Amino acid sequence: MWLNNVWYVLFVVIVAGYLIMDGFDLGVGILHMLVAKNDTERRVDLNSIGPVWDGNEVWLILAGGVLFAAFPLVYASLFSGFYGAMMLVLLVLILRTVAIEFRSKRPSHRWRTAWDLVFSLSSLGIAVLLGVAFGNIMTGVPINQQGYMSPDLLALLSPYALLIGVTTVFMLALHGSIYLSMKTEGDLLDRVKRWVPRLLFIFFVLNTLVVAASLLLHEQVAVNYQENPWLVIFPAAALACVVAAWLMVRRERYFTAFILSAAMIAGLLFSAAIGLYPNLLMSTIDSANSLTIFNAASAPNTLTVMLIIALIGMPFVLLYTGGVYYIFRGRVQLGPESY
Amino acid sequence: MTPVWLSRLQFAFTVSFHYIYPPISMGLGLMLVVIGIIYLRTKDPKWRRMSFFWIKIYGLVFAVGVATGVVQEFEFGTNWAEYSRFVGNIFGSLLAAEGVFAFFLEGGFLGLMLFGGNRLGPRMWLAATAIVAFGAHFSALWIVMANSWMQTPAGYEILPTQWGMQAFMTSFSAIVFTPSFIPRILHVWTSAWMVGAALMLSVSAFYVLRKRHLDVATANFKLAMPFFVVFSILQLFLFGANQAEEVANHQPVKLAAMEGVWEDTSCAPMTIVGIVDVANQTTYGIKIPCLLSFLAFQDIHATVQGLNSFPQENWPPIRLTFHSYHLMINFGMIFVAIGLLGTLLAFWKQKIWGLRPVLWLFVLTIFMAEAATIFGWWTAEFGRQPWIVWELMRTSEAVSPNLVAWQIASSIGMFVILYIILFILFIYLLNEKIQKGPESLEDLEQSPVTSLPDTFRDVFRRRARA
Repeated sequence: MWLNNVWYVLFVVIVAGYLIMDGFDLGVGILHMLVAKNDTERRVDLNSIGPVWDGNEVWLILAGGVLFAAFPLVYASLFSGFYGAMMLVLLVLILRTVAIEFRSKRPSHRWRTAWDLVFSLSSLGIAVLLGVAFGNIMTGVPINQQGYMSPDLLALLSPYALLIGVTTVFMLALHGSIYLSMKTEGDLLDRVKRWVPRLLFIFFVLNTLVVAASLLLHEQVAVNYQENPWLVIFPAAALACVVAAWLMVRRERYFTAFILSAAMIAGLLFSAAIGLYPNLLMSTIDSANSLTIFNAASAPNTLTVMLIIALIGMPFVLLYTGGVYYIFRGRVQLGPESY
Repeated sequence: MTPVWLSRLQFAFTVSFHYIYPPISMGLGLMLVVIGIIYLRTKDPKWRRMSFFWIKIYGLVFAVGVATGVVQEFEFGTNWAEYSRFVGNIFGSLLAAEGVFAFFLEGGFLGLMLFGGNRLGPRMWLAATAIVAFGAHFSALWIVMANSWMQTPAGYEILPTQWGMQAFMTSFSAIVFTPSFIPRILHVWTSAWMVGAALMLSVSAFYVLRKRHLDVATANFKLAMPFFVVFSILQLFLFGANQAEEVANHQPVKLAAMEGVWEDTSCAPMTIVGIVDVANQTTYGIKIPCLLSFLAFQDIHATVQGLNSFPQENWPPIRLTFHSYHLMINFGMIFVAIGLLGTLLAFWKQKIWGLRPVLWLFVLTIFMAEAATIFGWWTAEFGRQPWIVWELMRTSEAVSPNLVAWQIASSIGMFVILYIILFILFIYLLNEKIQKGPESLEDLEQSPVTSLPDTFRDVFRRRARA
């Protein structure tokens, strides 16, 4: 059983890894049309994430693969149940990838503006879809006795889920704006800097609403915290990170602020994961149908093999990812091979 | 139309479209490593120009490959939920391992490869390129491993659970090294190398025909030629031919469909070109006596089982399997022929540059190589039907039970429209890049090559210039 817990934690870590790593380049995409006003600035935007966004998206692929391997029942029910939403996610993921790659390939102004829009809207779309999906997972889904669900696409758009969707957008936009503050110069930097505190404020308000709504609407969230009060350190740490990030932004120490906003994202995700535990998909029909980290998991031998794979592979991943970021550190300068 | 049928159509369409790109990531990656090594040895700037040119094309291909590849990983869950439940313990682990070991390697170093020309010295740039190329090969390894488990499952036990039957791991090494894995990965890698070499031959031949960038184009052509010949010969006579043995032993009904063998035949002939007449249970064409028995069992008197020895409900779609397979081997033979012809004309007689029809033939090689690759996968996957996991689970039992036909029909519509637009844009941009050709080094280099950090220590000690 400890293996199931380990894989629950690792899965949350991987999702947090995705939200932190791909999160800032999604955020750059969300802000793209708002902060970058001319072609050069937009190229700076794109090139700030140019060498790293592809590696960041691998965290999403990994999350999918790990869900498949560790909790295959959830992988099967979640993806087939959210069929229409999943197809939209795939659509925006594809559009975003090609927008980044195609945008600067031709000098035409209309070509570039069109792809700028696609890049920005698809980034926004991914954030909304992920947030709404997450909102529904928190609320619970109509899992039947066979472990499947077929919810109406419109039923997924509850106010609570939409609130989380909007909050996710602002969270990633904030994260991206802090990243851009490290990477840009001149007028673009001035504009980005003005956005950071605004985004931080709006996100803080929205997130407070999410916390309140979660506690009021979903009793099981509070139950887990009441049983283990020390777990409150996770939401507390997230709150501390927000405050500290605010102070760092005011002192224009953006690297520290970026680390804090990353820690805040991880803190929030862990706080939610604690509320959900041990469920992965809660059934709104009958709690006996819920898919948990115990009844929906792979067998212990598979989980062990996977753990060995992760322990061998992930240290290397973190090491060379760090190396790549180090090589591309500093503010963006455009060159002949840039986007 | 049933959800099963529609889901099969969608998977076949999305995966076939996706697989246009990965062979180039592998094959062109390998050729870029070769070019990088030659530049380090000779310091001749034309090889550096060539690297800059091909790496731009590589970036374009890679992006479309990534964009369409993400779809595959999610489609098992969306459309094949029963399959995902059944094989999650085994198949899921292999996909997750691919993410940990291969995708991060590719994704992490791709940035250094694409943007490293002016940031890293030639040796470090080559190292980044080599790592991306290695990652692409490594990724194929896990995918072919997972697919091979579907073809020749091993190392599992089937147990009942709360959610129905599920396959559990009994031996990870048996899952990794299923009987078909090694022959198949060698076949797949070689086909990718052929695609990479063919792409270079095509573009170089095109430049020669248009009398552009002649210095780079002829050097590139001569470089790719020997690789293409060696890979195509290896493929036809060794790795490809070797498949017959593996399929005969583990999936005999697939072999019977590939070759259109209806009755048990000793000294079975191999049909080189032909058609299969399903209604009359006959196969017409040019046949080489006893060759099939020899390839399958190394014994010309061995008996190859015919389709009628198997119950009809276990037959794969005969025409599709037969014709995909024959198109693949016919292309394979054409590659050996034009490869030898090209080598003769380019190296021995040195007169290929004036022979326009031959050069046009080479322009076509990339299209033929891509087609052969797709037909090969069709042979493998149509030939696996009606099973999704060979003799363990039928494709008809694998689909998500909670989907209705219109949902899948709409997503097929979305993918068809999206992929058509994507393909047109891809071809358009690729063509623009090719028309523009390799730029001069003065336009590409921001600072002299010798000033770039070219050791591990340099890279991590100097202030990186952004």
